[in-house]
Amino acid sequence: MAFPFPDEVLEHVFSFLHSDRDRNAVSLVCKSWYEIDRWSRRRVFVGNCYAVSPRAVLRRFPEVRSIEIKGKPHFADFDLVPEGWGGYFFPWTASMAVSYPWLEEIRLKRMVVTDACLELIAKSFKNFKVLVLSSCEGFSTDGLAAIAANCRNLRELDLRESEVEDSSGHWLSHFPDTYTSLESLNISCLLSEVSFSALERLVGRCPRLRSLRLNRGVPLDRIASLLRRTPQLVELGTGAYSADLTPDVFSSLSGAFSGLKELRSLSGFWDVVPAYLPAVYSVCSGITTLNLSYATIQSTDLIKLVCECHNLQKLWVLDYIEDSGLEAVAASCKELRELRVFPSGPFEAEPNVALTEQGLVSVSEGCPKLESVLYFCRRMSNAALCTIACNRPNFTRFRLCIIEPRKPDYLTLQPLDVGFGAIVKHCKGLRRLSLSGLLTDRVFELIGTHAKKLEMLSIAFAGESDLGLHHVLSGCESLRKLEIRDCPFGDKALIANAEKLETMRSLWMSSCSVSFGACRLLGQRMPRLNVEVIDESGERPETRPESCPVEKLYVYRSVAGPRLDMPDYVWSMENESSVPI
Amino acid sequence: MTDVAWKFENMFSLQEALWSFPLGNCSVSIYLFTNYFIMAGVPGNREACYSFFSFVPGKQSHLSDERELELRLGPPGGEEETIVSSSYLSRMASVGKDTMNDTNNLNSSQNFAAARSALNASTPKGSQKRTAAPIVGWPPIRSSRRNLSGSSSLKQPPTSQDTVSHKFSMEKPADDRGKSLFVKINMDGVPIGRKVDLKACDSYEKLASSVDQLFRGLLAAQRDTSCDGIEIKQEDEKPISGLLDGKGEYTLVYEDNEGDRILVGDVPWDIFVSTVKRLRVLKSEELSAVNSEPIFHRSMLQT
Repeated sequence: MAFPFPDEVLEHVFSFLHSDRDRNAVSLVCKSWYEIDRWSRRRVFVGNCYAVSPRAVLRRFPEVRSIEIKGKPHFADFDLVPEGWGGYFFPWTASMAVSYPWLEEIRLKRMVVTDACLELIAKSFKNFKVLVLSSCEGFSTDGLAAIAANCRNLRELDLRESEVEDSSGHWLSHFPDTYTSLESLNISCLLSEVSFSALERLVGRCPRLRSLRLNRGVPLDRIASLLRRTPQLVELGTGAYSADLTPDVFSSLSGAFSGLKELRSLSGFWDVVPAYLPAVYSVCSGITTLNLSYATIQSTDLIKLVCECHNLQKLWVLDYIEDSGLEAVAASCKELRELRVFPSGPFEAEPNVALTEQGLVSVSEGCPKLESVLYFCRRMSNAALCTIACNRPNFTRFRLCIIEPRKPDYLTLQPLDVGFGAIVKHCKGLRRLSLSGLLTDRVFELIGTHAKKLEMLSIAFAGESDLGLHHVLSGCESLRKLEIRDCPFGDKALIANAEKLETMRSLWMSSCSVSFGACRLLGQRMPRLNVEVIDESGERPETRPESCPVEKLYVYRSVAGPRLDMPDYVWSMENESSVPI
Repeated sequence: MTDVAWKFENMFSLQEALWSFPLGNCSVSIYLFTNYFIMAGVPGNREACYSFFSFVPGKQSHLSDERELELRLGPPGGEEETIVSSSYLSRMASVGKDTMNDTNNLNSSQNFAAARSALNASTPKGSQKRTAAPIVGWPPIRSSRRNLSGSSSLKQPPTSQDTVSHKFSMEKPADDRGKSLFVKINMDGVPIGRKVDLKACDSYEKLASSVDQLFRGLLAAQRDTSCDGIEIKQEDEKPISGLLDGKGEYTLVYEDNEGDRILVGDVPWDIFVSTVKRLRVLKSEELSAVNSEPIFHRSMLQT
């Protein structure tokens, strides 16, 4: 069929499709649409850096301006992926440096980015604008200095949660005096002090700066002078929020805050001295995002601050807020959409705060727009979970961590199957779910039956048999990422659902009951899956019995074939390397 | 042996014994781990220890069947290869038979929790207080967040005063808590690296005790799983001492900003703090090799 439209018109029409999924669908319609999409695709997202080779991406999309890539599995955040596992960005930079001279944006998550990568970025892309390194590692402030010195059009530099070797705080002074384009700077992860005078000058000469997130090393008494130079700020992350207490510092600080008429987001607050918090009250009514997850202060002080923020949509806070604080949140923050409550003493044997399931129940009752929750607590009941599910069927993300593994309903001593079952039954749009507490295979049956939109599922210390995993793999049709640790799930469920794995981005299983033989079988049977066994014991897994369970298993689909940069504790289960059974 | 240890590593980390009873000079505990019942003996003789383990797959119910008393790895009910078959086990089983029989008929999936709670209820409370060994990656919190409590005890967060002016009349806070200096530290034999805040320790002695705190539990966990797999008790955790004088089992060394490895304690504290890049706790016996060994590199990029 011939299209009456010229390519330019179709290209214009396609430009209104913003989701990658829609663009992918368009490219499958016919050869002509494929070509139009190919040449007009400006943004590419690679959910797993080993799922496709850099060369294949460059060949298919020659005009990309913005690339986003993810590296290590999510469990790397919790030390479950050994050091040196991979996720190296260098091969990508090296290829893109040649093919994408006009690349403007790089966004990476959990990748190893070396100073050499950063230097290459600084040298190669003439109009480079955005660098977001989220939970990345491997680089130092020297690499950042190269970016600062060379990227004249840089708008955004965001190092959130990255692990940066700090060789000096002077890298900020490498931004040339003529550089004025900075709009967003996040250096909250840096451990050492930055050069304050360089920071002050930089901030002062960038009139479009909207977002500034400082690190713990920036002292409170210096912040006021920074803020006076940046009345246009929309997002602010303070440094350490403590100083010698003097009336001068307080009044200059509250004066500076009251000038921030556009401010919507506040974070930082390390080492906060509660007496200084009233300095921010003047901006609270405009705040929609408040991250107090580093603010180690007591419930009463948290309540005072949070209740000033009536328009709050996103709240991150430590469990010091306690049930009473969450009740206050429920009463005053009617716009709340996202709540995260982190543990202040995760390794304590006994509760150190009065935070229970009740806090979450209160918020689910009082905040009608709540749709995303991450909640750490020490006890839970099926009744509470059912109430929460009935109150908030609009949840899209529900992550509950009961700190003690396999803890049953504290009222009935029953498994929490019914409670989590209620969550998946009522919340039809649920996309992300993390389970904890005592759970039998029954909960997985409920998840497989109801959680049809679920995309990511995290399971720990749960289930009884292969049946649990089988329910999930066979039932959750939208599932893309599944991560499991310490569950008695094994070979049968895995092999029976091998085809399902090809529709998913990845599967992680550690300390489960998957045997080496099953991994090998999976690798042989599914050539488009990379099946990697992680075994740090030092001996070759082949020397062990087939039935021997593997330490860690990471399975992901790939059109690039087995990766070549594996450390010696990763074993790829592919055809040629495997010994015949 | 490592095969056996593998399975135990996570198994005993947070379990409480369902049942404990003495047997000769040993204490025998029964654990319920998902669908296994496990008997573990804590004898005086550690070498013999692992043969006291018995996995009893919960789906099966005839304890007298010798085959099912064999220690094996893999999912329950499968045709796994037997790893350990010990006559100890059958003897152990007969001793523990009364206890085990009670639990067998309860162990279907529906009655799982009931079994657990019933068993818990019948166990003398006082005897089951145990300190759990740390589980790697649990609870799921990023390491950056764990450092939150690194520098000061946070059990009691600071209290506020009602008004700022009231606070101003009080004395200044004594310390400058805004500044912290986290340095990575790794220990031989412990796969998990940690970070230590040097600003929170103002002397070598405090550093040594922080190192002890950071690694004592982890090291005990490693040792334990590698030798017998039995649940760690607090009293089994040996303090890590002699880090600074070379008299202990481990010695603390650091890599300075020029990449040289130096014994911790060689230079004045302030100079140490301003030059240290990374700390390592090495086995003292391997220390002689340090000077000739090339500088420790983290694995860098591969192209």
